[in-house]
Amino acid sequence: MSELRKIIIDDREVEVDPRLTLLQACEEAGVEIPRFCYHERLSIAGNCRMCLVEVVGGPPKPAASCAMQVKDLRPGPEGAPPVIRTNTPMVKKAREGVMEFLLINHPLDCPICDQGGECDLQDQAMAYGVDFSRFREPKRSATDLALGPLVETHMTRCISCTRCVRFMTEVAGVPEMGQVGRGEDSEITSYETATLGTEMGASGPDLVVATLKAGLSSELQGNIVDLCPVGALTNKPYAFTARPWELRKFQSIDVMDALGSNTRVDVRGREVMRILPRNHDGVNEEWLADRSRYVWDGLRRQRLDRPYVRRNGKLKPASWSEAFAAIAASVKAAGGDIAAVAGDLVSVEPLWALKKLVNALGSERHDCRQDGARLVPGNRSAYVGNAAVADIDGSDAILVVGSNPRDEAPVLNARIRKAWLAGAEVAVIGEPVDLSFETHHLGSGPDALTGESRRKIVDYMKGRNAPLIVLGQGALARDDGAAILGHVMALADEVGAKLLILHTAAARVGAMDVGFTHPGGVAGALEGAKVIFNLGADEIEIADGPFVIYQGHHGDRGAHRADVILPGAAWTEQPGTYVNTEGRVQIANRAGFPPGDAREDWAILRALSAELGATLPFDTLDALRRDLYAAHPHFAAVDTIAPSAWQPVEAGKIAARPFRNPISDHFLTNPVTRASEVMAECSRLAAERRSKALAAE
Amino acid sequence: MLRRLYHQQPESFAFTPANLEWAKGQIEKYPEGRQASAVIPLLWRGQEQEGWVTRPMIEAIAQMLDMAPIRVLEVASFYFMFQMAPVGSVAHVQVCGTTSCMICGAEDLIGVCKEKIAKAPHALSADGKFSWEEVECLGACANAPMVQIGKDYYEDLTAEKFAWILDELAAGRVPTPGPQNGRFASEPLGGLTSLTALKKTHDANASVALATALGETIKRIDGSEPTATDLMRGTHRAKSPAPVPKKATKKARATGAGESDAELRDAETKGRPETGAVVGSKPRLLKKPRKGGADDLKKISGVGPKLEGLLLELGVFHYDQIAAWTADEIAWVDEHLKFRGRIERDDWVAQAAKLARGEDA
Repeated sequence: MSELRKIIIDDREVEVDPRLTLLQACEEAGVEIPRFCYHERLSIAGNCRMCLVEVVGGPPKPAASCAMQVKDLRPGPEGAPPVIRTNTPMVKKAREGVMEFLLINHPLDCPICDQGGECDLQDQAMAYGVDFSRFREPKRSATDLALGPLVETHMTRCISCTRCVRFMTEVAGVPEMGQVGRGEDSEITSYETATLGTEMGASGPDLVVATLKAGLSSELQGNIVDLCPVGALTNKPYAFTARPWELRKFQSIDVMDALGSNTRVDVRGREVMRILPRNHDGVNEEWLADRSRYVWDGLRRQRLDRPYVRRNGKLKPASWSEAFAAIAASVKAAGGDIAAVAGDLVSVEPLWALKKLVNALGSERHDCRQDGARLVPGNRSAYVGNAAVADIDGSDAILVVGSNPRDEAPVLNARIRKAWLAGAEVAVIGEPVDLSFETHHLGSGPDALTGESRRKIVDYMKGRNAPLIVLGQGALARDDGAAILGHVMALADEVGAKLLILHTAAARVGAMDVGFTHPGGVAGALEGAKVIFNLGADEIEIADGPFVIYQGHHGDRGAHRADVILPGAAWTEQPGTYVNTEGRVQIANRAGFPPGDAREDWAILRALSAELGATLPFDTLDALRRDLYAAHPHFAAVDTIAPSAWQPVEAGKIAARPFRNPISDHFLTNPVTRASEVMAECSRLAAERRSKALAAE
Repeated sequence: MLRRLYHQQPESFAFTPANLEWAKGQIEKYPEGRQASAVIPLLWRGQEQEGWVTRPMIEAIAQMLDMAPIRVLEVASFYFMFQMAPVGSVAHVQVCGTTSCMICGAEDLIGVCKEKIAKAPHALSADGKFSWEEVECLGACANAPMVQIGKDYYEDLTAEKFAWILDELAAGRVPTPGPQNGRFASEPLGGLTSLTALKKTHDANASVALATALGETIKRIDGSEPTATDLMRGTHRAKSPAPVPKKATKKARATGAGESDAELRDAETKGRPETGAVVGSKPRLLKKPRKGGADDLKKISGVGPKLEGLLLELGVFHYDQIAAWTADEIAWVDEHLKFRGRIERDDWVAQAAKLARGEDA
């Protein structure tokens, strides 16, 4: 931190870091500066000119405050602090002029524009513009872009701020958008749109780009909708369905991946209309992956809205009491021979309730590791690691083991990319994957962690300021997973690296925290059980034989195998605690109500427990949480990462088999995404893109 | 003007081997990781080769420079000098329409274009031989109105003269560039009032002289062409003879017609009395240094260990030898050691004279 510098903004004296821009300094002084192109997390373009301020003693013209640093200001006479004014006639006139120019070609279609009500241009025209235009000539128009199923374009509204271009290039690392032409005719476009209708022969040099008609390929493209300060880029699935002022907004947590991105769920009536990111510097900054943003249409389809009981081999609708009676009968017949398995989207509260229920029925057989990950129960440092997501920022050497963060947590991958842009080196052990930036490939299997190759890794990471290892489920979900974990922990110890375990399931860390585990994993827990309680686990096959109770929200694989279905609530329909991959406790609020007869998960379990004669000791969610906090106090510390003591695992024998990354289809990872039409389309396009790329090779 | 990719694109693009070699040279100018800086030279060479910027060209160049194709398209679509649509197979005519030319009759020239080539700019003529556009000031206001055809300027035009030029080009001949009304440069129309001894021919107009010497006015560049440097040194060995017979030129100056910066610099190095294999006259050389041993030639600013070695090998050991060089001798040494004008630029003679007197250079 360099020394603070004193400047005077509108007669107010403030001390700021000289590296700040004038715009940031003004914000620190509490003065709002209008802007379109400037964005904290993107490079500075300085092309919208809306942020003009007056620098007293500088050149006799307004200065773009986004592109000038405090240290560039000259002191006043006799060393007086430099003076900036934002409320002078010069500034007012400059803003009005810029606004008039911006509106020259901007259509007056706010009444039919999706951005209406949350539009920067609308708001700033009201605040800083004038109510007339002197432009009498025809306005220009621009053709819309082919950006695929997620982003809708109305390019005539574009004011060429280039935020989308900069985001795609810098953050997403997929330079597909650009500004072509010049002057009046310059347009924001994607290369694909620019080349539409210009087919080349099969001998073209770059067929992958040339013949693809699938829109943007980034898994973070939805963010350009948020970034667009006007209605040029809008949310395609949400288009023309709601106005922002009709929506009720709820703070929630994303469960599509284990990063736990902070989200805002917008609801009209009981329908989720859209999902937007919330800023959290420690987790997702202000980005959100497409899979998390556009999954909401999956919440309306394939829902379980009433209990079902299997009679004569067929699932038949039933009442709650019939379903409970069927369960009670089978549980009684099973004696203590019952087991429970939990899925990837479940919050901590129902897990705690289910664990207590199963224990009360005389069984310890419960597990959450559907993918067979050899996470070590009770050793938090071995299933969470000791690194926070924010540690990626300052890291200068990152080693990714058995993971494709671009598939598993796209926003986390963007963060690694950010570190890479800042000079960090990234190495990968596992499948050679394209992370949207340069990586060193150090090996494809666990043998890279031993012998000569290990020495190379140690050389690569030792002596760095802040080395970091990201260990994915591709390295853990295999028989020798625990041994690999041991090797990685030993390596981390040797080179002084922090360890981040990258999970793929939002529920996983919470479930491990409450001890929803069995020494034999899921297979061991279920083996020989006569009754299996399946809480939203859709990624495993349950063999014929045992009586299966499925409690969940979507009619997916788990429900098909069930003998009794209890309709639960999805994560937007009940309050729930989630622990993300770095061990941060976060709470998702209820945004709507579950459909039909479906109920909140913990309440179903509480009601069932009374039916089974093992009544759980809580009648409200608050009581449940009190009970939970008493047993596991760290859940009470919301939005913090409980420190975990570093306990290395034994580095046992490993197999030479190469790592396989856990996610085969980025867009279809859980029952909600599988119910979503948008995700299905994205998945289809992604597959097409992959096969085209293969064909081109 | 809307500048977008043309709807009909060729199948592929590849630089000719010679142009590829040239392109690699351009890329090497920039430090590792900054290859993208070569995008404009490469696009320009591609356009010189093909006539216009095609999509396969954009993608090929993107690959060569490790850029996203959109970044190359951004550059190509920004600069008006890049033609985004096919141009005439013989020539693309750029009519200056800015004030001086407009006042002197550029609109008539545009009328000729509309009549003889195509109604609209950037459209091909019926026979596909020509295309035209109106451009901003080309900086030849003293000879308005004018057009640029291919690499060269045709100035002091009338509609008739311009129409004749187009006919000649269509017939496969290339009229001599430069003023077309009897002037040889931008001297007064009524004849010279001073420097009357000057020979009044096109040869006295350096840019026309170079244009006729190079003979590449409307040629598509494939890398085999002589450059201005080649002409002056007489070192060019073209695989195929150039369309216009090569002619040694005096005081030739490049017109900025497509040579690289380095070549332009070479073209501007002056003072060589004649071109050809033997340039200048041989200075007095010694077999070995005199008794006191060789002087430290590195003291001459511009001479490093490498050049010093060359000089010693040649037989130049002492300051007074260099101080005695005449212009002819300088040219000879320059040519023999490929110094590219360094001797004059750094004024070795004066430096050596000072050093010989025992002063600092």
